[in-house]
Amino acid sequence: MSKSVGVYICSGCSIGDSLDVGRLTNVAQKECKAAVCRVHPFLCGDEGLAEIRQDVAGKAVDSVVIAACSPRMKTAAFAFDPCMPLDRVNLREHVAWSHSPKDEDSQQLAEDYLRMGVVKAGKMEPLEPPVGEVSRAILVVGGGTAGMTAARGAADAGYDVVLVEKESHLGGRLANVRTGLPNHAPYTELQEIDLAGKIQTLTDHPRVTLHTATQVARTEGQPGAFTVTLTRNDQSFEHRVGAIVMATGWTPYDPARLGHLGYGKSPNIVTNEQFEAVLASGSLARPSDGKPAESVLFIQCAGSRDKNHLPYCSAVCCMDTLRQADLIHQTNPEAKVYIIYKDVIAPGQYERYYAKVQNHPATFLMKGEVSAVNPQNGDKVAVEIQNNLLGESISIRADVVVLATGYAPRAAGANGKQAQASEQGASFSSLEPGSILNLTYRQGPELPVAQDGFPGSNFICFPYETLRTGIYAAGAVHAPMDAAAAEEDACGATMKAIQCVEMVSRGQAVHPRAGDLSYPSFFLQRCTQCKRCTVECPFGAIDEDEKGTPKFNANRCRRCGVCMGACPERIISFKNYSVDMIASMIKAIEVPGEEEEKPRILVFMCENDAYPALDIIGIHHRQYDASVRVIPLRCLGSLNIVWIADALSRGIDGVMLMGCKYGDDYQCHFAKGSEIASRRLENVKETLQRLQLEPERIQAFQVSMDEYARLPEMIGTFVNRIRELGPNPYKGF
Amino acid sequence: MDSAGASDHDGKSILVVGGGIAGITAALEAAEAGARVILIERSPFLGGRTAAFHLYFPKLCPPACGLEINFRRLKNNPRITVLTQAELESLAGTAGNFKATVRLSPRFVSGACTLCGACVEACPAERSDEFNFGLSRTKAIYFPHAMAYPAAYAIDRSLCPEGCTACANVCRYDAIHLTQAPERRVFSVAAVIAATGWAPYNAARLAHLGYGTLPNVVTNVVLERMAAPNGPTRGKIVRPSDGKPPESVAFVQCAGSRDENHLPYCSSVCCSASLKHSAYIHAEHPEVPVSVFYIDIRTPGLLDEFRARVTADSHLTLVKGRVGRIEEDPNTHDLFVTVEDALAGRKSIRKFGLVVLATGMVPQSDGLPSGFERDEYGFVADGAPGFYAAGCAKRPEEVAATVRDATGAALRALPYAVRSGRHE
Repeated sequence: MSKSVGVYICSGCSIGDSLDVGRLTNVAQKECKAAVCRVHPFLCGDEGLAEIRQDVAGKAVDSVVIAACSPRMKTAAFAFDPCMPLDRVNLREHVAWSHSPKDEDSQQLAEDYLRMGVVKAGKMEPLEPPVGEVSRAILVVGGGTAGMTAARGAADAGYDVVLVEKESHLGGRLANVRTGLPNHAPYTELQEIDLAGKIQTLTDHPRVTLHTATQVARTEGQPGAFTVTLTRNDQSFEHRVGAIVMATGWTPYDPARLGHLGYGKSPNIVTNEQFEAVLASGSLARPSDGKPAESVLFIQCAGSRDKNHLPYCSAVCCMDTLRQADLIHQTNPEAKVYIIYKDVIAPGQYERYYAKVQNHPATFLMKGEVSAVNPQNGDKVAVEIQNNLLGESISIRADVVVLATGYAPRAAGANGKQAQASEQGASFSSLEPGSILNLTYRQGPELPVAQDGFPGSNFICFPYETLRTGIYAAGAVHAPMDAAAAEEDACGATMKAIQCVEMVSRGQAVHPRAGDLSYPSFFLQRCTQCKRCTVECPFGAIDEDEKGTPKFNANRCRRCGVCMGACPERIISFKNYSVDMIASMIKAIEVPGEEEEKPRILVFMCENDAYPALDIIGIHHRQYDASVRVIPLRCLGSLNIVWIADALSRGIDGVMLMGCKYGDDYQCHFAKGSEIASRRLENVKETLQRLQLEPERIQAFQVSMDEYARLPEMIGTFVNRIRELGPNPYKGF
Repeated sequence: MDSAGASDHDGKSILVVGGGIAGITAALEAAEAGARVILIERSPFLGGRTAAFHLYFPKLCPPACGLEINFRRLKNNPRITVLTQAELESLAGTAGNFKATVRLSPRFVSGACTLCGACVEACPAERSDEFNFGLSRTKAIYFPHAMAYPAAYAIDRSLCPEGCTACANVCRYDAIHLTQAPERRVFSVAAVIAATGWAPYNAARLAHLGYGTLPNVVTNVVLERMAAPNGPTRGKIVRPSDGKPPESVAFVQCAGSRDENHLPYCSSVCCSASLKHSAYIHAEHPEVPVSVFYIDIRTPGLLDEFRARVTADSHLTLVKGRVGRIEEDPNTHDLFVTVEDALAGRKSIRKFGLVVLATGMVPQSDGLPSGFERDEYGFVADGAPGFYAAGCAKRPEEVAATVRDATGAALRALPYAVRSGRHE
C-alpha cells in the first residue's frame, strides 16, 4: 500500500491564470496530506520532469499525481516506471479550458478533481504483471489456402507451428481448382496454382509440425499456455501452444435447397464446384450424355443475396464464373456462355479480367432474375429469365446450367453445418459442441460468431478482434473472400497470433488496452459463487469450478473491468483500479449543503470515447456546467452500482453515465460493456423508486467520439433537469 | 517448443511509409509483436483519408473512435518512432540491411506547444484548408483538424507575410521556431512497407459531368466532409450554390472508374460509399428523394446486407444506367441529368438539386523505391524481399480490408526485423 503521494501541479497552459494554485496546494498538503506538493509553470518540460524523477528516485514519493493536462496528452513526457502508481488530474482540458477563469465554481471543480486524484493514487499499489512460462508456438486449424499461408507465415517469422488438417491431405478446396484469378498486372491471365510446391514447402519446413487426418478434441488453458489435445484415428496426443489461428474455410451452400433453380431435375444442372470437374476433364462434356456442350448458362447468386438462403453475397462466385467462362472459351471458343446476374462483383483490378471475359464474342451477360429452370427433351435445359435488360421475359436453352452456389463458413460443426432455412429466412445456429476448437471455457466451446455465422466481431478498425483472446479467424471462415484475399487475411491473423504470444510473454494485455500491465485479482474468501463475473466477462476469461467459484485466466483477460462492475461483493480489484478506489473518489467530492443551491452531478465516462470527446470540448475552449465531476472508467461495463448508491447517499444530486453505443452495431471496444452497464442501470432504477428518489436523477447516454459538440448541451440539459427536481433529499445525512 | 522464439531483435526497424489507417496499423501490429518501427507521414498529422471521413460503412460509426485507440497504442509504445512531415528520399541496400534517408520538413512548432491557441489569434495570414477540400479556411498557423494526432499546430510558411513573427512573439512556451530548417535523417532499416494510400480521382477531368462549372455538382469526398460535424458546414449537407439543403440528390457511380478513358479499374468502395451517403442524407432529411445511377452495385460479401438495409428506404432509387450529360438551370442552379436507363431501355432527363460524383481512388505511389512492383495504374505490390505493400496503394479497398491487409504486410516484414527469422 503506497503512503507517500507526490502531487505535481502545472500552472502552465493558463491553468495558473484560471485557478488559484495556492489553494490547490493547500488542498494537496493540508487536506490530502501529500508527502510532496510542487507547482511548476511548465511541468512537462525537462525541469519539471526532473523534479518528479528526483523525488521518485530519492524515495520521497512512491505514488505520483500529475495535475496538469488530460491523461491523453504528453504521455511520453509523463511516462515513468510503468508499474509505479500514477494518476493524472485533468486540470487543463476539463477545468481551465472549459470553465470560467477565476471563478469559485471552477476552483471547486479543480479542488475536487485534485482530491479525487490524490485519494485514488494513495490507494493504488505498484503493478506486478502476470508471469508464467509462455509457449510461442502457433496452432493453425485447417490446412487449406488460409491455413497453409498462416503456417508458412508464422514459421518464416521464427515461430513453431502445429498445423492440423482434418482431411488426409493439405490444400482444402484449392485441391479441386486448376487455376487462380489474375492478381498481377495486366490482370487478364489466369495464374497457375502451385499447390504441390506449397505443400512441399510446409512439409520440409523445420518449424512446422504437420498433422493431417487430425482433429482438435480439446483446447484448454489461455494465450501463451494452451494445451490442445489432437486426435487421429484412435490416437490422441497433446501440444502446448501460445495462440490459435482458425482457418477452417467454407462449405458450399447445400444445392439440395436450390430446387427452385432446377437442382436435381437433370444431370445437366450442376453446381459451380461440380462444373469444375467437367472443366478438368478438358472435353466440356455434357454430364447427361458426354457430348460436347455448346452452350453453358450460369445462374449467379444461387443461394446468395437471398433472405431465404444466404443473406449475404458470397463474394467469390462472380469472379469464379468469369474464370470458368474463360476456361470454357479456352476449350471451345465457339461455346456460348450465358451469365445471368444481379450485379457483377468484380472489384478493384478484377475489373480488367471481367472486361476481358465480357468482350469475348461468345459471352452473353444478362441482368435478370431466373423464374424457372426446366429440363427439355434432348438433354437441353430451358431457363426463364425475368426483368432482363429489355424489360421482358426471355427463355434460353443451354446444354449445361451451372448454379454459381454461394458458401457458408465452416465454423459451425465438423460436417460444415449450414444456414438453416426457416420461415423467417435463414438463421444460423451458433456453434455446436464438438465442432472445431472444443474450448473448455465456461462460456462455450467455440469462437462466438458475429454476423451470419462468421466468427469474430464487428469492428471495422480491428477486423481480427474476436471475443476469445489469442484465437483469430482467418480466410473464408472469417468473411466471404476469395483465395487471394484468404492468403492475405491469413497473414494478418497470424500476425495477431504472434503479437498475442509476444505481449503475453511480457505480461501485457492485448488490444484494446495494449500494453496494460494490470490485471484483476479475486479475493475469493468473500466470493458467494453468484457467477455474475463468469457470465458477464465479454471474453470468456473466467471459468468456474464445480461450486461456481471463479477461476481467472489472466492471459485471456482484456482488463476492461466488467467483472469488477459485476461483482456484488466487491472482491474483484486491479492494483490501480478498484471499487474501493472509485468509491473513495466519490467520497472525496465536497458536496455543498442544500442551502448553497449548488448541485453536484457525477459523470461516469468511458475513457475510450466520451472522455476524449470532452477533452475536445476543452481544446475548443467551449464551456459546460461546472457542477459535474467526471470519473473516467476503463469501460462503462466496469461500473459497479454500489457507486451510484454511494453517490446518492453522499448527497450527489444526479448521475450521468456516458458509454459507447450498443446493439448490433456496438461501438464498445469491449463489445458488451456498455450494454451490460445499461442493464445494471435498470436494477438501480428500481432501487431508486424504493428510496423514493426520482429515477430521472440517473440517466445513461450513448456517446460516440465524434459527437463531442453535443456534450455541453447534454450536460447542461441534465443539470437543469436536476435543478428542477431540487436537491437530493439525502444531502447532509 | 523453443521458447526463446522470435522475440529478440537485431535493432533494425521496419520502415512504414504513410501514416493513414494502413500505415498506422502496420506500424502498431509489428511494434506490439516486438519489432522496432519508424512510421513516416508526409502531412503534419496521422490518420490520412480516414480522419476526414464522417462515418464508416457498413456500421455507420465514426473513425475517431478507432483512431483514438490506435493513437493510444502509439503513445504507449516506445518501439515506434513517428515522424510527420517526413518523406522517404532514398533507400539503398537489401532486405535486412537497408539505409533509408528520410527528409523532414520543418513544422516550426516544437513539442513544447501546449495548444493554448494564442498564436492562431495573432496570425495575420490565412490558408485554404485542404482537410476540407478548400471549403473552409484556417490561419497560416493551424491545428490540422479537431482530433488531429499529433495534437500540435503546424505552419504553412509559404503564406507568412515577409518578416512576420507574430505567432512566435505571443508564444509563452518558446514553442515556435520560424527559422527551423529541413533535416535529413538516415535509418538502418530491415524492411519497408508502402502504405501511401490514395487520392480521389481528379474531378476536373470530369468536365462532361459539369464538375468545376456547375456549382451543385460535387464529389463524394466533399459530401463526406459536409456530413462531418467538424466539417466546413458543421454536418449539414447543402447545395454550394445557395447553402440550402437539396430537395433531391443524384449519385453518379463510376465517375471516372471502370472507364478506359479515366480509371480502367473498379474503385471498389464507391458503391458502398454512395449508399452510406444516402443514409447520411436520409438521417437529416428522411423525405429527400435520392437516385443512384450505376453499372453494377458492388457490395461484396457481408456488405451486401448493408445494401439491403439502405435500399429498403423507399426514398432511395437505384437506376442501372449511364449518365451522359449534366446541365443546369442558370437561375436556380438545379441540375438536369441525362441518363440512359439500361433496364427500361430509354433515355430520360431528370431534375436534381444536387449531384454527387462518386469519384474513384487513385493510388499514391510516386517516389516509392524501385524495389516495389508497380502496375500501369500506379498500384504497388510486394516486390523484392523486404518490400511489402498494404492498403489502397495496393488496390482499392475499404477500411476493414485495408486493416487486414496492413496487418498481413507487417507479418511479411517481420522476419527481417527479428533475429530468428528466415534471413538469419
